[in-house]
Amino acid sequence: MAQSLISTQDLAVGFKRDGKDVALLTGLNLDLKAGTLVALLGMNGAGKSTLLRAITGDTRPLAGTLCYDGRDVTTMSILERARFMGLVSTERIAAGGLTVTELVEMGRQPHTGFLGRLSKHDHEVVAHALESVGMTHKASSYTASLSDGERQKCMIARALAQETPVIVLDEPTAFLDVASRIETMQLLRDLAQEHGKAVLLSSHDMSQSLMQAHELWLITHDRQVLTGTAQELMEQGAMDRLFPSPRICFNENLLDYQLK
Amino acid sequence: MQVNESHSATRTITVMAVLTTALIALAVACLLVGSVDIPAGEVWSIVTGAGSSNDAWEIIVLDTRIPMIVTALLAGAALAVSGLLLQTTFNNPLAGPSILGVSTGAGLGVAIVMLAMGGTVGGIFGQTAGSYVAIMLGALLGAGAVLLILIVFSSIVKNSTVLLIIGILVSYLASSIISLLNSIATEEGISNYVAWGFGTFSGVSMTQMPVYATLLVLSLAASSLMVKPLNAMLMGTRYATNMGVNVQRSRGVLLLITGVLTAVVTAFCGPIGFLGLVVPHVARLMLGTSNHSRLIPATMLAGAATALLCTLLSVMGKHVIPINAITPVIGVPIIIYLIVNRRKIQYFN
Repeated sequence: MAQSLISTQDLAVGFKRDGKDVALLTGLNLDLKAGTLVALLGMNGAGKSTLLRAITGDTRPLAGTLCYDGRDVTTMSILERARFMGLVSTERIAAGGLTVTELVEMGRQPHTGFLGRLSKHDHEVVAHALESVGMTHKASSYTASLSDGERQKCMIARALAQETPVIVLDEPTAFLDVASRIETMQLLRDLAQEHGKAVLLSSHDMSQSLMQAHELWLITHDRQVLTGTAQELMEQGAMDRLFPSPRICFNENLLDYQLK
Repeated sequence: MQVNESHSATRTITVMAVLTTALIALAVACLLVGSVDIPAGEVWSIVTGAGSSNDAWEIIVLDTRIPMIVTALLAGAALAVSGLLLQTTFNNPLAGPSILGVSTGAGLGVAIVMLAMGGTVGGIFGQTAGSYVAIMLGALLGAGAVLLILIVFSSIVKNSTVLLIIGILVSYLASSIISLLNSIATEEGISNYVAWGFGTFSGVSMTQMPVYATLLVLSLAASSLMVKPLNAMLMGTRYATNMGVNVQRSRGVLLLITGVLTAVVTAFCGPIGFLGLVVPHVARLMLGTSNHSRLIPATMLAGAATALLCTLLSVMGKHVIPINAITPVIGVPIIIYLIVNRRKIQYFN
């Protein structure tokens, strides 16, 4: 049994409105294991980003506990969390005036000293991260000059340079064309499989997620979270519970949704 | 656009060398130029300690020109770094201590303290040693109050333009309170205040210099220790946190540094506009980077050089021109250039 890196017990996530907690998903008992690529699927507004924000520690859970490698997250410092989990989010960044290398070097911040001086090892890690995402040729370019897809790859490289056991990505393939989407998913799968990392990503790309992810976390339209391999979930008929519309159904041959 | 690593190192060295040369040249010019003509040879012998045949010249150089040069270069570096820290902290390229009302807040603090002490409103001129410490505390509290208002609003309104407007409104409010305070001040107080409000680098005497210089040098040194969180904050709060930065604490420290820098300069030199807003952009354009490890030293040098340029222009004519009449002439064209070209300038994207 692979080591469980992130686990939740009766976790409830949601948001605050007018000072009151509004729970989106409750009673979550999730387990993210080393060496697996997990895809979080669900329709718009289902709570994917909310769940990811809770798991990354950006928002406090409404109830239940969240553990990183068996430790309650609330007892961990910001730096300890930074060394445990790398993030690729959809936030806009104002780092256009940095080169790609400088951007990726920021991933070393949790490992460098007070002044952030980089060692030879740090430079090697950065170069290797850039190579992994195939962006070495852009190393000296300004971040602002990149296309959306290139920027996304560099943000993944930044997370890789952080050398964390877990990587969480919020819709990493959203802006990418099909070829880049496949490459990116393959890269993330390799990271999990060959480097033993746990990779959790949210996605709207059904076929790629079903083909490449080791495990799926499905948020159904009535806010249940179902987990399992693609095969298991398809056998349970879970795929048809993703969307409320009876006219949209899952086609197992296409590995995608279609009109009935 | 490609930036070769060795190319960028060369560029950094070139920029630093150019700025340092400009700084020295401007300092020398400020020593030589003034309403009283003193021959360069005489200035040289006064500065080197050989003395001069004319006692008045000695007093002018040692007690007026040198303190003015030191005051200006520290004030310039301080305001420019304040602007840079505010721009990064609020993720707003148009932030600066004067436009966000931090300078005016410090000015209001000064006015209130002076009135409370039974004196007159208006800067630090002619104050006793004890009272200028109180005035500086007043400036610090005023600047701090405005920064607190900005922090509160920045957590409510995410839009950076709205934050600027709030800063401008706070600034108007503080100005109006200062005017109200002025209406109950004495005649002499008002003229003092007016002179202070115009901005001047001639207000720091040699006895006040140690306090002024120490506070600014320490705060500037502190700002250069914040390179790591500053760079992380370019990526936004969520990423910065993910890189191990305690964003709330770093923001607090950065705003404290900004507050001290702006308050000290404002207490001694008056609310000086534009320098803090413009200089960081000049430094970014010259270096071609938003990386604070290079940006902070370049901003200090460029700020000091710009303040000396303003000083030189202010003393070149027959009458001394107020600093605040010069800074917009230099600043506004640069701001307009930046706004017009923002699509082309890499760090805006």
